[in-house]
Amino acid sequence: MKIDDRVILHTDVLIIGGGTAGCYAALTISENSDYQVIIAEKANIKRSGCLAAGVNAINAYIVKGRKPEDYVDYAKKDADNIVREDLLLSMSEGLNRVTEKMEKLGLVILKDENGEYVARGNRNIKINGENMKPLLAAAVEKLDNVKVINRLNITDYIVEDNVIKGAVGFSIDENKAYEIRAKKVICATGGAAGLYRPNNPGFSRHKMWYPPFNTGAGYAMGILSGAEMTTFEMRFIALRCKDTIAPTGTIAQGVGAKQVNSKGEVYETKYGLTTSERVYGTVMENLEGRGPCYLRTEGISSEQDDSLKRAYLNMAPSQTLKWIESGKNPSEQNVEIEGTEPYIVGGHTASGYWVDNNRQTTIKGLYAAGDVAGGCPQKYVTGAMVEGELAALDIVKRLNEESDSCTDDSYLDEIFDKKIEEYDSYLNNNAQVMFTAEALEEAMQKVMDNYAGGISTHYQFNEKQLALAEAKINQLIELAGDIGANDMHELMFVYELKERLIVCLAVIAHLRARKETRWHSFAENLDYPKKSDEWLKYVNSRYENGEIKIILRDLVGREENYEHSY
Amino acid sequence: MSIVINPDICKACGMCEKVCPGSLIKLNEDRKAYIKYPKDCWGCSSCIKECKFGAIALYLGADIGGMGSKMTVKSSDSELIWSISKRDGTESQIVINKKESNKY
Repeated sequence: MKIDDRVILHTDVLIIGGGTAGCYAALTISENSDYQVIIAEKANIKRSGCLAAGVNAINAYIVKGRKPEDYVDYAKKDADNIVREDLLLSMSEGLNRVTEKMEKLGLVILKDENGEYVARGNRNIKINGENMKPLLAAAVEKLDNVKVINRLNITDYIVEDNVIKGAVGFSIDENKAYEIRAKKVICATGGAAGLYRPNNPGFSRHKMWYPPFNTGAGYAMGILSGAEMTTFEMRFIALRCKDTIAPTGTIAQGVGAKQVNSKGEVYETKYGLTTSERVYGTVMENLEGRGPCYLRTEGISSEQDDSLKRAYLNMAPSQTLKWIESGKNPSEQNVEIEGTEPYIVGGHTASGYWVDNNRQTTIKGLYAAGDVAGGCPQKYVTGAMVEGELAALDIVKRLNEESDSCTDDSYLDEIFDKKIEEYDSYLNNNAQVMFTAEALEEAMQKVMDNYAGGISTHYQFNEKQLALAEAKINQLIELAGDIGANDMHELMFVYELKERLIVCLAVIAHLRARKETRWHSFAENLDYPKKSDEWLKYVNSRYENGEIKIILRDLVGREENYEHSY
Repeated sequence: MSIVINPDICKACGMCEKVCPGSLIKLNEDRKAYIKYPKDCWGCSSCIKECKFGAIALYLGADIGGMGSKMTVKSSDSELIWSISKRDGTESQIVINKKESNKY
């Protein structure tokens, strides 16, 4: 089998990944210009990305009486100072703007008798978010200047002299390769799941919190193209309902359920209330023999039972199924909780591309938005939309300014040829294959779990373990060159594995570089168990000559307008 | 985490194949849908909502406490009607009004 069709497309803007941020960026470009846009999506934009099952609330909103600066303060505190305040501020200022837009597109938002949104706590509003992605996708499908190509898996950027020229990839159904030449590119491929051995490694291995189809493609492409990355050591570990890995915030906030250990003691106050401390407390209670841990729901009313079951149907239906199947409502049985495997996700923690305030990366013309963009944690769905919007607005402005110069791009054919050769090599690699992508994925997850702070080591690690992890991941990268693919879908599995392995290397390098423990569980370095003011710095990195080079940078304040020095 | 597709109910429309965010559903020679990679299912239920004929059901794997119940959903303009049928044959239903926000 080989690639027998090659397609070259030209566009003004290429958006890689048609999830929340990518779709919102397309809408913004369309509202502000006539520029041609292509969205390259590896699945189908109707339900792809984080919003497939829906979302329970708008988690990032400036509620009445609060200011954007308050949101910056909250995110800064939760990440113990390692945030880009400039990015957080421009994100926070747009949260209500994009929410209003989503309501116009048909999102149901709860309002009180005065027509005001009903707040859930200090930063959330209540919605019916089951259909949020179909609403967004339908709006995009209507745009004349936006062409959506579903089931197209992008594998590489085309970069010349640190300027983005486009990207290459392949169809997951037909033996067809694509080269898309673009003046500007937005990377919106999401974060990375599946790096570590998951909670349920067997049949339900994909019953995870973060989309298992978000494989870190954007991170890997950026790393390999020499883009600067930030804060990969701030891993995200979610506290979830045992087994179904469904969100816990809805129970905690909805019915005020506290975290309790098996003795019924409330332990959350003992360890602190930041996102990482809530996970850490649960780990410690288990380690000290007071597990399992629960959200205390026993004794809630039957009306509350009913509301919880409904709320979960709109975002994580498996949890409702679990309650009904077990024959026990949450009022009759506390909900057991556990930490997930670590993810790399810039929408919750701060891992991702190092960007300027317009969300341009260190590669000229390449922008990053949503979970793939770093420095700006707690962005959630609305923050991802704002980032898509900000990137789109800057692109429109720059395209308006730049004269349309014709450049010689004949060399691009050569790059495309080489890439097709690489695809073909995997498609022809079947005769003597010993390892499969699946087998190597399992091996990678075991290495990360055992040596880079996974579930089995209670998220802890030391430098010796990290060195072992690095050596073993490098071995797997070598083996990954030999695997084969029987069809185009399997070719995607090959590239997803390769992407994850590169992201693993970056995670390990960053974990090694930050010689302190600033966040329990998220980055718990047993050789340096305390935090230190010396590490009030960003750990950034750039891939150079086959190595991940660490760059330490000073913190950026909220009034600064950070620009890259190329 | 996975789904089961009943080939007797499947009308070969291909909508589930299209919408799966993992592209895990394929069509056989008769264009009937099947899940090619059941272990890769996220459990998001996109396909179940897309199937107008109720041919697809969500279930929990035994490794996460599943006991053989199946969940399906029918979508109209205003409602999502979720049905759960247990192994012992008992059925229950939850109707969600699409215009109503979550209480929590």
